[in-house]
Amino acid sequence: MTEIIVVTSGKGGVGKTTTSASLAVGLAKRGRKVAVIDFDVGLRNLDLIMGCERRVVYDFVNVIQNECTIKQALIKDKRYENLFVLAASQTRDKDALTREGVERVLDELREADFDYVVCDSPAGIEKGAFLAMYFADRAIVVVNPEVSSVRDSDRILGLLASKTRHAEVGTRRVEQHLLLTRYNPERVARGDMMSIADVEEILGLEILGVVPESESVLAGSNAGTPVILDNESPAGQAYDDAVGRLLGDSLPMRFTEAQKKGFLSRLFGA
Amino acid sequence: MGIFDFLKPRAPNTASVAKERLRIIVAQERAQRGAPDYLPTLRREILEVLKKYVNVDPDAIQVKVSHEGGHELLELSVALPEKPAS
Repeated sequence: MTEIIVVTSGKGGVGKTTTSASLAVGLAKRGRKVAVIDFDVGLRNLDLIMGCERRVVYDFVNVIQNECTIKQALIKDKRYENLFVLAASQTRDKDALTREGVERVLDELREADFDYVVCDSPAGIEKGAFLAMYFADRAIVVVNPEVSSVRDSDRILGLLASKTRHAEVGTRRVEQHLLLTRYNPERVARGDMMSIADVEEILGLEILGVVPESESVLAGSNAGTPVILDNESPAGQAYDDAVGRLLGDSLPMRFTEAQKKGFLSRLFGA
Repeated sequence: MGIFDFLKPRAPNTASVAKERLRIIVAQERAQRGAPDYLPTLRREILEVLKKYVNVDPDAIQVKVSHEGGHELLELSVALPEKPAS
């Protein structure tokens, strides 16, 4: 059985592509056969985050328009042989993606025995975002503890419940998860940032994982190495925990408490 | 942060302000969700007709769709301006 997972958010810049890349690597690391697809037609970026930008020959739209086979377009990851990237097209034609085309590509990935297909959604609620979520079995909504991101997430949760194939056919509901990224426990402790409980309460959904704001995220994208591969960094470990929870492990949240300051740093300021 | 921090007035807790604002707007947007797309146009056109007869405020018209039992209910309320004292 192939499971289709969409990584979405509504708002841009919250960490969808970072999350898609780390999720795909995390699943591949655990031995699953994974394809990760960039749905952001016109603004290809997943290839950079995955570190395979110089090996893109064919893209998603080429497959949809029958200019190549899916096998030719899938880029095999250099770290995991069971991980593949399908790059977004750089065409400016937004209509290049069609529902039938996307369905056919997903069906071909099912036939090729992929365990997971991760769909990296573009920002917004236009066609690309709609198609990325339409066939999903599961959705990861990436949210920052910030007003516009939380509001947009609620919009997206509403769309997931009504504008997906599962919702239209009425087979089942799309499983929804929240992933809170750019979390800063110190700012939460000071009352400058909404807490995990605040976001859960407003959106009425439990949080799957909390990724702390971390310099290693930028370092990872600079190098083309998804941050989950950085075992030292809190963000990498938090992503790994989130993937574990997605697969049913019960793991406590880490990196969500503010570091206790010593007496001296309190006194003299840090 | 330093030794005399306790002398400064505490800044308002912005996180709780954010949460309160979100709670209100999210509840409002959820209530409108699933409503037909023509509602804003309907509201505007009704307003134009009303304006021919009474001088109503654009905010005085509320259009709501709610579900009751198996029915959809379109609720329209107009607050008429107070009559000038004559």
